[in-house]
Amino acid sequence: MASQVDALYIYLLLVSGVMTALIFVAITVLAIKYRRVPGRDAQPIEGSTLLEIAWSIIPLFVMMTFFIWGAVIYFKERTPPADSTEVYVVAKQWMWKIEHMEGQREINELHVPTGQNIKLIMTSQDVIHSFFVPAFRIKQDVLPGRYTTAWFKATKPGRYHLFCAEYCGTQHSGMGGDIVVMEPQDYAQWMAGGPSAPLQDTGKQLFTSLGCATCHRFDVQGRGPNLTGVYSKPVLLEDGRMVIADENYVRESILNPTAKIVNGFKPVMPTFQGIVSDEQLNALVAYVKSLSQPPTGTAGLQNQPAASPAQPQNMQVQ
Amino acid sequence: MASTAIPANQAPKLNYLNNGHSLKSWLLTTDHKRIALLYLISVTVFFFLGGFFAMLIRLELLTPQGDLMQADTYNKVFTMHGMIMVFFFLIPVVPAILGNFLVPLMIGAKDLAFPRINLLSWYLYIIAGTLFLHCMLTGGVDTGWTFYTPYSTAGSNTNVVEAGLAVFIAGFSSIFTGLNFIVTVHRMRAPGLTWDRLPLFIWANYATSLIMVLGTPVIAITIVLVAVERLFHLGIFDPRLGGDPLLFQHLFWFYSHPAVYIMILPSMGVVSELIACFARKRIFGYKFVALSSIAIAVFGFLVWAHHMFVAGISLYAAMVFSFLSFSVGVPSAVKVFNWTATLYKGSISYATPMLYAFGFIGLFTIGGLTGLMLATIGIDVHVTDTYFVVAHFHYVMVGGVLMGYLGGLHFWWPKISGRMYPEGWAKLSALLVFVGFNLTFFPQFILGYVGMPRRYWQYPPEFQVLNVLSTAGASVLAVGYLLPMIYLLWSLRYGPIAGANPWGAAGLEWQTTSPPPTFNFDETPVVTWEAYNYDEIPPKEVEAPVAR
Amino acid sequence: MEHEAHNPALLHHFADAQQQKNAASLGMWLFLVTEIMFFGGMFCAYLVYRLAHFNAFAAGSQQLSIWMGATNTAVLIVSSVTVVLAVKAAEAGRRKVLVGYLVVTVLLGMTFLTVKGFEYREKFEKHHVPGATFKFTNTFDDNGKQIPVNPKEAELFFSLYFVMTGMHALHMIIGCGLFSVLAVFAWKGHYSPGYFTPIENAGLYWHLVDIIWIYLFPLLYLISRHS
Repeated sequence: MASQVDALYIYLLLVSGVMTALIFVAITVLAIKYRRVPGRDAQPIEGSTLLEIAWSIIPLFVMMTFFIWGAVIYFKERTPPADSTEVYVVAKQWMWKIEHMEGQREINELHVPTGQNIKLIMTSQDVIHSFFVPAFRIKQDVLPGRYTTAWFKATKPGRYHLFCAEYCGTQHSGMGGDIVVMEPQDYAQWMAGGPSAPLQDTGKQLFTSLGCATCHRFDVQGRGPNLTGVYSKPVLLEDGRMVIADENYVRESILNPTAKIVNGFKPVMPTFQGIVSDEQLNALVAYVKSLSQPPTGTAGLQNQPAASPAQPQNMQVQ
Repeated sequence: MASTAIPANQAPKLNYLNNGHSLKSWLLTTDHKRIALLYLISVTVFFFLGGFFAMLIRLELLTPQGDLMQADTYNKVFTMHGMIMVFFFLIPVVPAILGNFLVPLMIGAKDLAFPRINLLSWYLYIIAGTLFLHCMLTGGVDTGWTFYTPYSTAGSNTNVVEAGLAVFIAGFSSIFTGLNFIVTVHRMRAPGLTWDRLPLFIWANYATSLIMVLGTPVIAITIVLVAVERLFHLGIFDPRLGGDPLLFQHLFWFYSHPAVYIMILPSMGVVSELIACFARKRIFGYKFVALSSIAIAVFGFLVWAHHMFVAGISLYAAMVFSFLSFSVGVPSAVKVFNWTATLYKGSISYATPMLYAFGFIGLFTIGGLTGLMLATIGIDVHVTDTYFVVAHFHYVMVGGVLMGYLGGLHFWWPKISGRMYPEGWAKLSALLVFVGFNLTFFPQFILGYVGMPRRYWQYPPEFQVLNVLSTAGASVLAVGYLLPMIYLLWSLRYGPIAGANPWGAAGLEWQTTSPPPTFNFDETPVVTWEAYNYDEIPPKEVEAPVAR
Repeated sequence: MEHEAHNPALLHHFADAQQQKNAASLGMWLFLVTEIMFFGGMFCAYLVYRLAHFNAFAAGSQQLSIWMGATNTAVLIVSSVTVVLAVKAAEAGRRKVLVGYLVVTVLLGMTFLTVKGFEYREKFEKHHVPGATFKFTNTFDDNGKQIPVNPKEAELFFSLYFVMTGMHALHMIIGCGLFSVLAVFAWKGHYSPGYFTPIENAGLYWHLVDIIWIYLFPLLYLISRHS
């Protein structure tokens, strides 16, 4: 992706450079050629409608190329591939807390393998932050109260700056870290090195310990909907609306259950606002997602394509 | 054309400056020209205060570590730099100083429509400024000038409400100025002065006033909601209390984007006047330039969410706003092309105001083109919230607005003060400003693209070289700004007396004495000619200094 | 400078009385536009949150006193009538009638504010004032079906209620003050058929504040009210 962004940037630079040079040269030449000399008066010239139309339409067309190319890249930037490995990010003043699906936790560092699409599912515990990795050309604001997502695929091992890019108070400039990109075998070693329970297992435990299983049963119809296969499918609500059960929907259902009541059910679910932390929420969301087939977001190593040959010098992120 | 009966090299006996010497005659004046001078003094004070904070920022950023001040202090410094420069300098500088002085003169009126409301505008500005000074002296504010929620409502423990109140009051100063201009231009033009004969400076200020009147109330209510949330813990923008932080951003930018057109349009109006005078011909495509001001004002209201591409808005909303943002680029480009075309077959002088006009065109072109880059969403994701954006807006605000203002200040200085400024020193200052400016801000484009975020007190060492270059440029720029302060003041006493029309310029303001009498014209002019009728006005060199 | 005989209210920077009147009129209309933009921000917030939290908004709305709201609406509409009659009286040069209508307008405005005061007190007693004391256990009565709502969302409704009606009330207070001053000036004979611009323009202001209430009333008080 980074090389695509750079290509567009170079195009913009070239067009802007040409435009700027044209104006600079025109002004310089005209200012010298028509400098004030005694005996020569200025010629009054009204204007030219044809010129006005020309220099309105042509720039507009050029700008449309900027727009279209930019929109195409943006669309790709905002659409994580379906096979992405998911990583949960919780931002708070002033650190980044990372949770891998395998349960591995990190602070201010995110280890990823090369060649794997990584989808970040992010929320903030307090104010607005922004997850910015210049080397990957990605940036996404991280908001309290909801999830936002970003994605990337690292192709070259190394350490890359992670910055917070939305002013968030005293240590805004200290809220940095690194994305640590490793070859797949090194990454596997790193992953095996820490104690962890996969995120959805943690979620499964919480599902029982918090009492969710009492109503959301899998064997018979309970007081709450059966959550098998619910994730990413449309849900009919009792007021007639149809919504897609995405991460934000699951999160909202836990924190604010009366916001969207599923058709045919009574609004009896209590709220868990203030009872579950953001990390626990992430685990529960991961668990609910795991109840849908095919497995999405599980440990991505087994689905990884064969390691690609050595990459050229400049970092490429697709 | 009426010619003044007063000899060209003598100041008129009774003019607006000496018509009453008491403090009361100044502080309770309703003369738009005196009010313009009151603004000149107060706005200049705030400019140097904001500049002082800029100097602190650049000094801190000389080194990667935060070693000059604490992080909290730095956060307050950049916030106050931004708030002062945006609300107390850039918004009022051209309308309240040059606009107030010139709008009635240029249309042949005795004053603005509502002179007492004009004075009220100034007092509101002073009250707002005083309140803001108090806010700074009692702890300051550290939310950034954009005071995003929930940091500003729940996270910050600084004087947010007080700062908000100061901005609220300053907003009313702005609204009343805009209201005054609109009514004046509609109702008080001299006989014969039809809309298509108006100077482009008037068109520009008229378009600006439309934005002031329509946009400013929205930020006023946004500030009220933030204050109410902060004081009474009502949940309007805080998700923990049921609110939506993105709603704040929409309401904030709905004003703050058009606000930047409030800043640039009047300066563009100045540039039109300067190019016409110093090329001695009517601006090429007068009608298109006039209407482009209106177009910028209208389209400017449609693009606000281009500040929010990575904020969490929907993909499709982002595409719509990106598309619309390019539409604003067209009328701006049209102006640049028309100004350039005006030079063709002109008779061009290199007097200081013209140098500032050239500087404006060049720097605004770069600033505007980088704006198009930011409108290109694929790029914006990478460079938003970095120094690329900082460089972009300084190019248009400083390279654009400020250079236009300085050009205008020099051009109309003889009319305002009756004296000429020293041309040599003025040219030197213009050069220092141009060089210093580029050295300060061009490196920031690069800094942004390689990844330095904005509002950073400390940064990774690899960004140091560019930061040092930027700070070096800032010191040159500072000298370029201090010099005019000195020589303009000097000229008030020692500058050669300027006549009614030292530039041989077209425009009704040049048909009365320098300085003008309190009621502007001895007789109301009757206009029978088009704007910029330079083919009817003989050229004139700047008058040689005359013994006092 | 010679002085032709002219109305003492004519200001010197105007060419004639007609220009002054036209300027004042345009100025007031522009000011009203700014007021519309000002309230517009709040209406925008209301729109966004009502769409997102309809049930809670309906539940909150059902807790407002529809009778007090309706009374206030009637009071304001009548006051706009008295304003129109005041302008007519000024135009006809009937000083005492003018003063009378101005005073009645102020009294009606004060009635509005008094009723509002009672409403706010009722809110306070029911713990519907947002903040630390807020408690909301009511449900949304959807034609007999009781739908529970999130109290935080209901609190948002009441936050908007207080901000919007509070800002409106502030404008009413200013309006009452303005009309009181005008009544004094009218009593002293400042206005005549040749010059009553301040009455007209103040009337425009009053009408706008009235119209804003006419939008506020259904939006706040009448969400999902069935018979």
